[in-house]
Amino acid sequence: MPNPPSTPAELSLPATQAVLESAARDRLDQLPAAIGDYTVPEPRLTCRGVNVFYGEKQAIFNVNLDIGQREVIALIGPSGCGKSTFLRCLNRMNDTIEGCRVEGEIKLDGVDIYHDGLDPVILRARVGMVFQKPNPFPKSIYDNVAYGPRIHGLARNRTELDEIVEDSLRKAGLWEEVKDRLDQPGTGLSGGQQQRLCIARAIAVNPEVLLMDEPCSALDPIATATIEQLIDELRTQYSIVIVTHNMQQAARVSQRTAYFHLGRLIEIGPTAKIFTNPRHPLTEDYITGRFG
Amino acid sequence: MSKGHTVDRIVASIARRRARETRLKWAGFMAVAVTLALLALLLGSIVALGWRAFQQTYLALDVYFDPQVIAPDGRLDEESLRQADYESLVRQALRELFPQVEGRTQQRMLYRLVSSGGADYLSHMVLADPRLIGTRQRVWLPASSDVDMFAKGQTGAQRAASLQPWIDHLLAQGRIEKRFNKTFFTAGDSREPELAGILGALSGSFYTIGLTLLLSFPLGVAAAVYLEEFAPKKNFWVDLIEVNINNLAAVPSIVFGLLGLAVFLNAFALPRSTPLVGALVLTLMTLPTIIITSRVSLQAVPPWIREAALGVGASKMQMVLHHVLPLALPGMLTGAIIGTARALGETAPLLMIGMVAFIVDIPRGLLDPATVLPVQIYLWADSAERGFVERAAAAILVLLVFMLLMNALAIFLRRHFERRW
Repeated sequence: MPNPPSTPAELSLPATQAVLESAARDRLDQLPAAIGDYTVPEPRLTCRGVNVFYGEKQAIFNVNLDIGQREVIALIGPSGCGKSTFLRCLNRMNDTIEGCRVEGEIKLDGVDIYHDGLDPVILRARVGMVFQKPNPFPKSIYDNVAYGPRIHGLARNRTELDEIVEDSLRKAGLWEEVKDRLDQPGTGLSGGQQQRLCIARAIAVNPEVLLMDEPCSALDPIATATIEQLIDELRTQYSIVIVTHNMQQAARVSQRTAYFHLGRLIEIGPTAKIFTNPRHPLTEDYITGRFG
Repeated sequence: MSKGHTVDRIVASIARRRARETRLKWAGFMAVAVTLALLALLLGSIVALGWRAFQQTYLALDVYFDPQVIAPDGRLDEESLRQADYESLVRQALRELFPQVEGRTQQRMLYRLVSSGGADYLSHMVLADPRLIGTRQRVWLPASSDVDMFAKGQTGAQRAASLQPWIDHLLAQGRIEKRFNKTFFTAGDSREPELAGILGALSGSFYTIGLTLLLSFPLGVAAAVYLEEFAPKKNFWVDLIEVNINNLAAVPSIVFGLLGLAVFLNAFALPRSTPLVGALVLTLMTLPTIIITSRVSLQAVPPWIREAALGVGASKMQMVLHHVLPLALPGMLTGAIIGTARALGETAPLLMIGMVAFIVDIPRGLLDPATVLPVQIYLWADSAERGFVERAAAAILVLLVFMLLMNALAIFLRRHFERRW
């Protein structure tokens, strides 16, 4: 398989990109569906034939993927490859985007989350999400964590709520740092602490799956290391789907890795195998840093 | 091209840029200076005219509370005390003061020294303390507008000139004094400038604006929340509504007055000249402004707040009520108060629904006939008498203070509710 054409000096940048993209698309069309086994025994989430459209434009093409229990699966790929779009299908966050349409079937414990009349509110309580930019509510640290349990009625009284808040903050590794200032605004914490607060807020409603959309891209290396360690601990209780641009991070935290390219799932397999012995040339090009 | 050459060109262009910058700075500075000067001129002329209305001339008369006049039949109950002829007590006191004045015409001129409200003043005194009957008291009574104008140096009035010898006589005896014009803040409108007050218009404005805010804020916020958060985007009907709201904000206010006349008065037969109808009309007028500012505040709430709320499983309503609305509220309040402040200064639509009537009584509720401050100013400024002209200026000052208070409240509320994110 030839490498992408080298950049002709006289072409402008968009033109070059167009050439690269069409070349990649040509190669994609010649290839069969994703390489690697996308199934797992006893899956938590099963996705079959997922297509996503933004208006007329198709963003995700026929993706099949299982997400197992108590595993971290990393979604990697170049910018605009659809990994975030796919992630946001899993808790129907794409519903808020005007003109976005999801086809195919995504099942959470055997229940189709799009077609079986499952309320997005219940779905999002079971499939929590952590966003790229730390986004605590402009409320106190306590209220940030307590918000989910409060609206879902998970605590019968203040004592129970206090327990949930403490437990979640402990799991997020933030308790020791904030236990004396729970009434202070969450927005006053450092970036890394804010992101851990957001993780605590997400796990306070005790979800089954945790979606993380580039959770460390706005953080410094030390805060990143803390979050990665936290992800490793959370794996014992939750299924975690993490989108990342950082391949070292994917290699460090995940057990399985899925490589996306131009809206297609190209290769899926155990992380060690993907990084040491990629079978698809596009995957190889990406992880060896030829593009991305 | 040598390097030295390029630097020379940059140096030359910097001089040009600097000059342009200086010109722009000065143009801006001059614009501010001119604006401030015009504002100072406007305020200065209003204050210069209006401050006089805060003072009123009073005359001291030695009034004999003649039992023959107050209670000719000896009855001292409240009803007969109220109906007694206090006017003649005032006249009697004036005649005693100027015994040389004779003839009906001359005497009638003399009586004009004291305001026709003087009799009311005596009646209040007697009702408050009937023991005054049969005694002689020195009483300070409000001077008529003519005397008031003369005392304030407005000698232009012809009638005042003929009063001059008597005024000089009173001045010599120390029987003329300028005092703080309490009447201006405690009375309703009157045919006599010296008895006219702002309280009627002020409470009319208060009821009207209060109800306007009460009606337009919830309606406007609800409409904005629906249009911004729930209405389908790119829908023909929603677009149509949006265009219409934007157009309504630019409709001349008198059109809303005509609408109010046709709908509220003629179709619904609501009582004319009342704060209720005024508030309904002003609500129609302020609604577009409030909806537009509220939508802008909603749009200014960062999208990740919504995502964060939805991400933990908040329903759309919870997302709006718990997170979006509290963050948008300061901006909404500011918009609402500034919109209402504009309504407070509105005259034209209220003329159409009859709030321009001459109303003496102070309104006690939403269904009492009333007028509002700007209409009162219009009515007084339209009067021929000098006394009303200075009262109009004073009323403008009161209106400006009212507006300043409302804007200060808007700023305070915004600071108070504003949260950083």
